[in-house]
Amino acid sequence: MSLIYRLASRNLFQDRLRFVATIIGIVFSIVLVTIQLGLYLSFERMVTTMIDHAPADLWIVPLGTKCFEDPSLLDEHDRDHALSVQGVAEAIPVVIGFTQWTVPSGGTTPVFIIGSDASKTGLHPWNFVAGNLETLSTPHAVAVDRTYFGRLGITKIGDTTEIRDQKAQVTAITAGIRSFTTTPYVFTALEPAQVYMGSGPNKVSYFLINVSPKANIDHVRAQLLEHLSKVEVLTPDEFRDRSRSFWLFGTGAGAALFAGALLGIIVGTVIVAQTLYSSTKDHLIEFATLRAIGSSSVYIHKIIICQALLSATIGFSLAAAISLIIVKSTAETALPIVMTPELTAGLFLLTVFMCVASALSAIVQVIRIDPAKVFNQ
Amino acid sequence: MTCPVIEAIDIVKDLGKGAGQVQALKGISLSLTCGELILLMGPSGSGKTTLLSVLGCMLTPTSGTVRVLGQSTAGAGPGDLAKLRRDHIGFIFQSYHLFPTLSAVDNVRLALDIRGTAAEPALVRSKEVLSTVGLSHKINAFPHELSGGEQQRVAIARAIVGGASAILADEPTGALDSENGHAIMTKLAEIAKDHSRGVLVVTHDPRILPFANRIIRMEDGRSCLQAA
Ligand SMILES: Nc1ncnc2c1ncn2[C@@H]1O[C@H](COP(=O)(O)OP(=O)(O)O)[C@@H](O)[C@H]1O
Ligand SMILES: [Mg+2]
Repeated sequence: MSLIYRLASRNLFQDRLRFVATIIGIVFSIVLVTIQLGLYLSFERMVTTMIDHAPADLWIVPLGTKCFEDPSLLDEHDRDHALSVQGVAEAIPVVIGFTQWTVPSGGTTPVFIIGSDASKTGLHPWNFVAGNLETLSTPHAVAVDRTYFGRLGITKIGDTTEIRDQKAQVTAITAGIRSFTTTPYVFTALEPAQVYMGSGPNKVSYFLINVSPKANIDHVRAQLLEHLSKVEVLTPDEFRDRSRSFWLFGTGAGAALFAGALLGIIVGTVIVAQTLYSSTKDHLIEFATLRAIGSSSVYIHKIIICQALLSATIGFSLAAAISLIIVKSTAETALPIVMTPELTAGLFLLTVFMCVASALSAIVQVIRIDPAKVFNQ
Repeated sequence: MTCPVIEAIDIVKDLGKGAGQVQALKGISLSLTCGELILLMGPSGSGKTTLLSVLGCMLTPTSGTVRVLGQSTAGAGPGDLAKLRRDHIGFIFQSYHLFPTLSAVDNVRLALDIRGTAAEPALVRSKEVLSTVGLSHKINAFPHELSGGEQQRVAIARAIVGGASAILADEPTGALDSENGHAIMTKLAEIAKDHSRGVLVVTHDPRILPFANRIIRMEDGRSCLQAA
């Protein structure tokens, strides 16, 4: 093996305190970036989770709908107009909206109702841990996620409460269906949802359109727009984009997360640059000696970059371990931090980039080195 | 092997800037042939180190010509000069300048590593050279575990391991007691006997005179006396 690695690792480990400072800098920075981007990914998933799980080729939404949680309503008889369009196989009504849940032990808490006919395809709960979809066909039946047990003041199947003064009974429990707004989702059938929302029997929020196998989606969409007024027809991707840009960028939440991540990167780069710079300064006479005995500048740069890459690898490994613990410990909470293989790989590249960029300040130092200085020391 | 190894003609070297500028070399000529040991002597500040730096292609002269193995260094950039040093010149310094984090054998191997010699043959060669300077029993010792004389012998091994044609030493015995100093000079004289290279040693030490083929005395940037 070339001595480059040996020189780099010994330079790195020789000054323990500086080594620890370097690693803390990297770990702090990468964990911070992980949390920010992990939250962003988590938010991104939560924001579109309902759209992701809805069996729709197209969505009919009220004109001007900004996100899935938008309170605007459609007329239920628009469904007949939609079904009259050739190529439309199904137009499934869905009712959504915020309302009040009475906590059995006292007080109320806001919840987000999702109502869809339980006996047919529709926007139904998934990930059942107790009960099942059929139970939602019984009167007053609701399904909730166990993440929100504390907030809703319930503990098990069969618990009863009131939603907007109407009786409700928990008949099914899911796991991991969390909302970006942190308001608990409550699934129910279509009519009870209309009752819980107080929206009236002939009002719905969306129609999920399924087109027949041979139909052309663009064509169906144009026809729907022709047959219906004051609506928009969106593909799931368009609706996702709209929800995402509303919640993550319209509210500034996404910008805040990215600003936090950027701050982490800057702080980390500055710390690593500072420690590498001072390490190089301490070994300047050795670099001058290398130059004096005829080493190329590339050889010297390789030592410094190797030192940076070693710091990156050690720092990243520690940061990844800490992030894994954070991911595990937030997995069951209302605000889970998400790690994906892509994010992990991206963070590793970011760490490497950060460390190599930091090495530049040290490299600039040795570029100007005068080999003749070895005679005077 | 082309002789002379290094040739310097009419070298002038200005050092420093503005009011602090000094002419450290004032038109000096010198040539080092293979198989010879030149001693460069003279009072402190007379320009010995500056001359060594110019001969060793670490400093470019303000005017005058330097030829290494017949090839002029005029117009060579820092990278070209580094390559010249790597391929043809070995340096020995008063304060050794060994790498404190590397063992003796790795310090020697470094001179081969910078040329891209593979680790295995470089290691074998470095051990061989260390044994010629009498350090075969200390190859794994770190500089701080070696005496001054032993450290300087490692430095000699590093200077010769790559087969340099010129060995330039600046006061190599300056930090050593007389016994160790004598041993180092004997070693350098032995190296000079090899007809593939020339050795130039800057020194204050009159005890070294018997080792020399030639003695050059410097005074104020000029050579004032050459004795055979
Ligand atoms: N970097 C420098 N800048 C200005 N003057 C220098 C520099 N280096 C050496 N000098 C001057 O050049 C002259 C020759 O120095 P040097 O070659 O080191 O002498 P010696 O090695 O014979 O003691 C001295 O007067 C010294 O002060
Ligand atoms: Mg000197």
